[in-house]
Amino acid sequence: MADIPFIARGFHSRRPAAPPGRLPPGQYETRDFPVLSAGPTPRTSLTTWDFTISDSRGHSKRWSWYELQALPHETPTVDIHCVTKWSKFDTKWEGVSIDTLLHSAHEAGVDKNPFIVAFCDGGYTTNLPLDDVTGGKAWVAFGYDGKALPPEHGGPARLLVPHLYFWKSAKWVRGLRLVPRDEQGFWEQLGYHDRGDPWREQRYQGDP
Amino acid sequence: MAQNTVDQPAAASPRLEWRVAKVVDVREETPRARTLVLDVPQWLGHSAGQHVDVRLVAEDGYQAQRSYSIASPPEDARIALTVERLDDGEVSPYLIDVLRPGDGLEVRGPIGGYFVWDVMQSGPVLLVAGGSGIVPLMAMLRHHARADEARRARAPMRLLYSARTRADVIYGAELAQLADDPTVDVTLTLTREASVDWSGHRRRIDRAMLEEVSWPSSENPRAFVCGPAPLVESVATQLVELGLDPARVRTERFGPTG
Amino acid sequence: MQTEEMRLDGNAAAGTLRQVFATDVTSALTTCTACGAVSPVGALLEYGHGMGIVLRCTGCSAVLLRVVRSPGWLRVDTSGIAVMAIPVGPIEPH
Repeated sequence: MADIPFIARGFHSRRPAAPPGRLPPGQYETRDFPVLSAGPTPRTSLTTWDFTISDSRGHSKRWSWYELQALPHETPTVDIHCVTKWSKFDTKWEGVSIDTLLHSAHEAGVDKNPFIVAFCDGGYTTNLPLDDVTGGKAWVAFGYDGKALPPEHGGPARLLVPHLYFWKSAKWVRGLRLVPRDEQGFWEQLGYHDRGDPWREQRYQGDP
Repeated sequence: MAQNTVDQPAAASPRLEWRVAKVVDVREETPRARTLVLDVPQWLGHSAGQHVDVRLVAEDGYQAQRSYSIASPPEDARIALTVERLDDGEVSPYLIDVLRPGDGLEVRGPIGGYFVWDVMQSGPVLLVAGGSGIVPLMAMLRHHARADEARRARAPMRLLYSARTRADVIYGAELAQLADDPTVDVTLTLTREASVDWSGHRRRIDRAMLEEVSWPSSENPRAFVCGPAPLVESVATQLVELGLDPARVRTERFGPTG
Repeated sequence: MQTEEMRLDGNAAAGTLRQVFATDVTSALTTCTACGAVSPVGALLEYGHGMGIVLRCTGCSAVLLRVVRSPGWLRVDTSGIAVMAIPVGPIEPH
């Protein structure tokens, strides 16, 4: 039986008018930066922190915090879109391109694979097609708005993949596993989309 | 008249579905808090401490949903929700600025079986509230007040309520009245009151204050702690350190979602 | 805004959990698969933040329960709960 909603008199959400074409379908603009975390904020010391890219055959490449910092930095300004329907425009980040890291990993013998699983302190994971983190589309980000990325927003470093819903931009990221078959991560196991393109509203499994 | 029979816990009520309640009255409690009195069709009653979910749907289909504790006791046929206005919230400004008597409001409930108290449970009770955490505890105090003297005496209550200033204290006059009863004790602490003629506590709830207000652990009290997460956690930890049985310390954390 | 201040508990998830378990479970006792800690659902820490429900152990932070509602489905993962003890009335003769 269809659930006919009762319309609350005079209720509408407060959304500032967004420039046309800038908001994906079903989203609204926010000027805040809401904190959404699937668990408590981990605290990892930079002296023990590392980032690893590995394949399913045991090859891996590892960077310490300082080794990561020594790689070329980029400062992308991007719009971000959360599946809970808020979008934030012109967010400013600093990080190292995933292309740079993958290039280095493959030179060290790590296999190419069509899918990746990002894994994080605290146990969070998310899966993505490799194509969605290459070609200048993704970073390991450690700066936000000109300052060090705060812990509640994923610091010391998070994955940043702004063209997909923001649950793919895994906070407290510690590495990527390159895998031959897609392996669902934390939210995908419970029904969220394997890819998550906000322009095609790929929120849940089964969305085209 | 809605009944809440003791032998059928409200948690076992059949279907949890959305119903359109009618706003029959609104009451300003403080400059930032307002009570809504609702007539909910087919309401089967509730237990003190339970909450309802409230859902707002806009014409364009946009939806927002929040939970609000029921402030009224099970003895009242109509339910009362006390809402605090969060300036950048989405739902509370609507409930406080826009909603008026005669309007409909979608609710679902009652919900919750853990953070509840019934006057048939004997034994002393400690209630600790931070800010709007007072709301579910007020339902418990009001429920207590409706019982006869003997029953009230078997479950004496002590409330410790932390608010920012005197103007932020919700239900101030009613609490003073409830405290006239020998089985109820109310202690307030104001963390940001500027006026010099406040002679009560002027600091955050700490272990010394809890020790002063609480029942001794030898009396095996039940405790209900409600408010923002950091306050709830620190109070619950301290109560256990003071010797209260952890299984008898129940908590409900309010987020700043508005 | 600190994440820790936004942390709610199992009481906040009670409405949706009613739809999964067909009864209120906030008083149900859960045993954590990871560390063995026992806690009522109402006291577990909730981290769903609008994505779904995530209840974590107060002892070790392991995930006990996850629920996500998507169009046509309510997916539930209880693998973090070793045993869930739901209080019910006395057993009636059929």
